[in-house]
Amino acid sequence: MKIVIIDYGAGNIQSIQFAVQRLGYQSVLSSDPEEIKSADKVIFPGVGEASSAMSKLRATDIDSLIPELKQPVLGICLGMQLMCNSSEEGNTKGLGIFDVNVLKFNSGMKVPQIGWNQIYDLKSQLFDGVGDNEYMYLVHSFYAPLCKETIAKTDYGVVYSSALQKDNFYGVQFHPEKSSDAGAQILKDFLALS
Amino acid sequence: MLTKRIIPCLDIKDGRTVKGVNFVELRDAGDPVELAGIYAQEGADELVFLDISATEEKRKTLAELVLRVAEKVNIPFTVGGGISSIEDVDMLLKCGADKISINSSAVKDPQLINDLVAKFGSQCIVVAIDAKQVDGRWKVHLVGGKVPTELDLFEWAKEVEQRGAGEILFTSMDHDGTKNGFANKALTKLSSLVNIPIIASGGAGTKQHFIDTFINGKADAALAASVFHFKEMEIRDLKEELKKNKIPVRL
Repeated sequence: MKIVIIDYGAGNIQSIQFAVQRLGYQSVLSSDPEEIKSADKVIFPGVGEASSAMSKLRATDIDSLIPELKQPVLGICLGMQLMCNSSEEGNTKGLGIFDVNVLKFNSGMKVPQIGWNQIYDLKSQLFDGVGDNEYMYLVHSFYAPLCKETIAKTDYGVVYSSALQKDNFYGVQFHPEKSSDAGAQILKDFLALS
Repeated sequence: MLTKRIIPCLDIKDGRTVKGVNFVELRDAGDPVELAGIYAQEGADELVFLDISATEEKRKTLAELVLRVAEKVNIPFTVGGGISSIEDVDMLLKCGADKISINSSAVKDPQLINDLVAKFGSQCIVVAIDAKQVDGRWKVHLVGGKVPTELDLFEWAKEVEQRGAGEILFTSMDHDGTKNGFANKALTKLSSLVNIPIIASGGAGTKQHFIDTFINGKADAALAASVFHFKEMEIRDLKEELKKNKIPVRL
């Protein structure tokens, strides 16, 4: 299986590579459109700030490539947020795959949310073998509200989408690569998708 | 519901754990990777590696260690100790660290916080603050608490939040090593003044101390070293006890 992690200078890619490796697979980092298109699975990571991350994607034309992909694609954290219509962070226009606008937490809770929170109302093969209310590790200041593409919910003063799915596109707000055994299960489920 | 975090701290010198640890199951008691793996299995929510080595080789040794930890450990970890440049942070994040903590370097050059946040995002920049009471006022101290400054703990905490830090790791030098409990009054005040998560550090001795710092001190996370290293308490037992006291924890 060919697993490509999209390389556009975004954050903690090494941890994702190691998490995939712990499951017995190798992955390649690439920003080459042909390489990305030829993958069986594509992981779209992201840590940092939305508008600068989108600029980097645009600079390499990866912004127009991602929505065209046909194989399973997993956006993680900021990767998921960039797959939405827009983000309040830096007034950023997103890739428009998920029909929802990303907002800043404004519910009186501490921002960023840092730590382990529960995911529930799980509705996807991505969560095979993962129990309702399982804990995942999250670090974020912006969130995707509930929408028709919500496949997991989390409560942080507001109930929001901790995972989204549309067709072959999956997005998770949490970090499966850092969420212990349950996170590893989700990555495993993603790699098992056809 | 977001849970309260339990964070063991490992002191590192030249790539090895410093303080003696009391784990019979460790094949190599000085190997931080093996110890980190055990803590992750026992239910630690995060780990902090504090590098106290001061050699020329420091950067390279630390980077190698971070890479080995990231390879084996599937929970988040923070790296701190003498980090003072964008290049250092970039390298450690690339090796797989989730967060970087800065301390003296931020006091000497507060703009460093802004620069790091602009480049890497708030979520991975922790500002560690060591403070103790001098004539009834909490003063920030540097170099592991040895060098006093004129900075007020609360003013400094507000400033680091304003500059974009994602989290504050507050160590009370008055409580550190005493095993008499955390600095809950100062912690409560910190929580009322800033809206970013606060990690309590210094003073952990009993399970009740953790309960107190989460309830009375309003801490978001609690860090400890020797109580875990010497097996005075097991992380899982501690979390069971917290749960009994209605404190949300990941079990």
